[in-house]
Amino acid sequence: MPIQVLMPALSPTMEKGNLAKWLKKEGETIKSGDVIAEIETDKATMEVEATDEGTLGRILIPEGTADVAVNTPIATILADGESAADLGKAPAAAPSPSVQKEVEESRSPVGEGKPMISAPPTRPGPAPVAEPDPEVPAGTEMITQTIREALRDAMAEEMRRDGDVFVMGEEVAEYQGAYKVTQGLLQEFGARRVIDTPITEHGFAGVGVGAAMSGLKPIVEFMTFNFAMQAIDQIINSAAKTLYMSGGQMGCSIVFRGPNGAAARVAAQHSQDYSAWYSQIPGLKVIAPFSAADYKGLLKAAIRDPNPVIFLENEVLYGHTGEVPKLDDYVIPIGKARIVRTGKDVTLISWSNGMTYALKAADELAKEGIEAEVIDLRTLRPMDTETIIASVKKTGRAVTVEEGWQQSGVGAEIAARIMEHAFDYLDAPVARVSGKDVPMPYAANLEKLALPTVAEVVAAAKAVSYR
Amino acid sequence: MAVPKKSVDKESGQKASGSPPEFTKAQELAALRDMLLIRRFEEKAGQLYGMGAIGGFCHLYIGQEAVVVGMQMALKKGDQVITGYRDHGHMLACGMEANGVMAELTGRRGGYSKGKGGSMHMFSMEKNFYGGHGIVGAQVSLGTGLAFANRYRGNDFVSVAYFGDGASNQGQVYESFNMAELWKLPVIYVIENNRYAMGTSVTRSSAQTDFSKRGISFNIPGKQIDGMDVRAVKAAGDEAVAWCRGGNGPFILEMQTYRYRGHSMSDPAKYRTREEVEKIRTDQDPIEQVRNRLLAAKVSEQELKAIDAEVREIVNASADFAQRDPEPDPFELWTDVYR
Repeated sequence: MPIQVLMPALSPTMEKGNLAKWLKKEGETIKSGDVIAEIETDKATMEVEATDEGTLGRILIPEGTADVAVNTPIATILADGESAADLGKAPAAAPSPSVQKEVEESRSPVGEGKPMISAPPTRPGPAPVAEPDPEVPAGTEMITQTIREALRDAMAEEMRRDGDVFVMGEEVAEYQGAYKVTQGLLQEFGARRVIDTPITEHGFAGVGVGAAMSGLKPIVEFMTFNFAMQAIDQIINSAAKTLYMSGGQMGCSIVFRGPNGAAARVAAQHSQDYSAWYSQIPGLKVIAPFSAADYKGLLKAAIRDPNPVIFLENEVLYGHTGEVPKLDDYVIPIGKARIVRTGKDVTLISWSNGMTYALKAADELAKEGIEAEVIDLRTLRPMDTETIIASVKKTGRAVTVEEGWQQSGVGAEIAARIMEHAFDYLDAPVARVSGKDVPMPYAANLEKLALPTVAEVVAAAKAVSYR
Repeated sequence: MAVPKKSVDKESGQKASGSPPEFTKAQELAALRDMLLIRRFEEKAGQLYGMGAIGGFCHLYIGQEAVVVGMQMALKKGDQVITGYRDHGHMLACGMEANGVMAELTGRRGGYSKGKGGSMHMFSMEKNFYGGHGIVGAQVSLGTGLAFANRYRGNDFVSVAYFGDGASNQGQVYESFNMAELWKLPVIYVIENNRYAMGTSVTRSSAQTDFSKRGISFNIPGKQIDGMDVRAVKAAGDEAVAWCRGGNGPFILEMQTYRYRGHSMSDPAKYRTREEVEKIRTDQDPIEQVRNRLLAAKVSEQELKAIDAEVREIVNASADFAQRDPEPDPFELWTDVYR
């Protein structure tokens, strides 16, 4: 029975990629370990190695094909004794997945457990925005770009504008970013301003804070915020508190940024949401955007802010596209939430990837005649309480949506503020949809169960609406 | 004044050999005055603590004065200094006002941090003093960052990061060593080895008790210095400063010193004998060494007494100010969180 070779996934979040090149022809003999093809995503090119021996029977996906879904059969391999005539037979049972290895020479060894490869492909962007962002003048030309590109452009623009701004972190320079967010920055700004660090989060966070204390404006990239736990003392005790402890003499203009929260299938140590952790700290500002335009405008604001800013990104969103206003200087004020969808029946409050669930739930609810108002907080500290309260006063009902844990979570904080400022307007207790109170499991089904779902948001919205 | 590279043995720590270069009379007098100021200031702080005027933690620098005074003599204006929580001496040596330091200790509005930092958290941008840090070892990464900024800006300033034998065992110290040598950052790591990390002696806490060797695996040169002799400290500081300004990367100086008082005011120091302390006070006191040399050089008792009197006046005035100055206005609770 011929063996099928499937389109491999290069990262936990990859869904499709391009078949760049076939290195073997139909009829050629293949040994296990032979490189048979190259595939690419928007951030990496990889080789596909054969894991089976035989003859390349038929190429099913020609080279140059774009957006091939993961697990699509791309070729068949004939085992010894089989011939082209066997190709018509039913697909082989349980084809073994090919292994991949990276082509790029620039790869460097990075500590175990750090996901070097991640290439979320371009996907349709978030649900359309009902209200235009008030900061964008009408008629502004919009360009479509991925969140990854929006972040890079924000950094590049600020680095062009201010020579004191520089980027440091693991793999940010020669490797072009572990998640390719810093792609091209080394080429434009050179090694003085785009600095590869050793894998020493605690140390380089401290070096960044020290440089900021002397007046520079570092952007410190953490490969993920999970690793920033090693650096959290410098972030909180040194960066956040020094302005106060010095009686206003010595501040620290610094951005700590990187992916936060659950990616996909990377288990407990690589899947934590730190929204609540950092948003508790006076002295820090905490930003966690959802749309590409907000990623760009808020990162620019964060870099210019004279305070330490935690900028929480989301790996799952990096490849998402959105409309970004083509303006010379698109800066969104920190601390302002955005009403993404207006409604009169219930308020859904979320941020970052939690917005994915909230917006889909709003679509579902609309089908059942419930008009949900959806608020994207964008900034967690300072929190835009005003926008939340104004909405709740209108709808009388609220549901918070977050990927993080419920205890002492951001949703708990929002619920408390609603109780403090709009208790008399509430028609039902505030409901919280959150990640489950367990470390993130690896198994695909358990992981799904651990994260919030659209159905849970819909159920919560209906519950507070007594429907 | 570049130091030839070969003068430093990168393979191992070195002990300074022979006696250090003599000071001029002016240098001796300046060193004496600055060390006395620290000694008298700290004695007064100890008194005020006993009276309840100073709260919280209060770590005195008595006995270690030669280290910071000697190092400061090797620096130039624009060089940065950063240290841990035993920081009063460093601030005075950097030229910060006794009034502002003492008023911070008493938590008053005229303190360097408006009363919001306390003993361990004072700063002066004007004097290039970057704190005053309460987390053991944190100042080592931060000081490396100051050096990074000097390198980034292309100036020739050096930063001096002080830390103790205890902090020397923190992980981030070695993360910083690695980056400093990798990027050739102009930072002098001054390890003030006063033999005790709080109550744990060096031999009970450190596998390698020769701290000048702590940079060996990063190729950072290091020297072991008699930190009770201000001349030896100054000479070592000169060498390290020249090395750093010359673009050769970091330098480690282990200053062998001793603190006479407990780790903090609340430490009765039961982990060492009274005789041990007395012996060092008698034989090695950094201030007495200078005083004896000056007397031997025929400087009059009277001249030395005048210095003591001037210093006492500054210290007494600071104690007076620190107790008269009002507490911070309540609205200050909410200021300086963001700018």
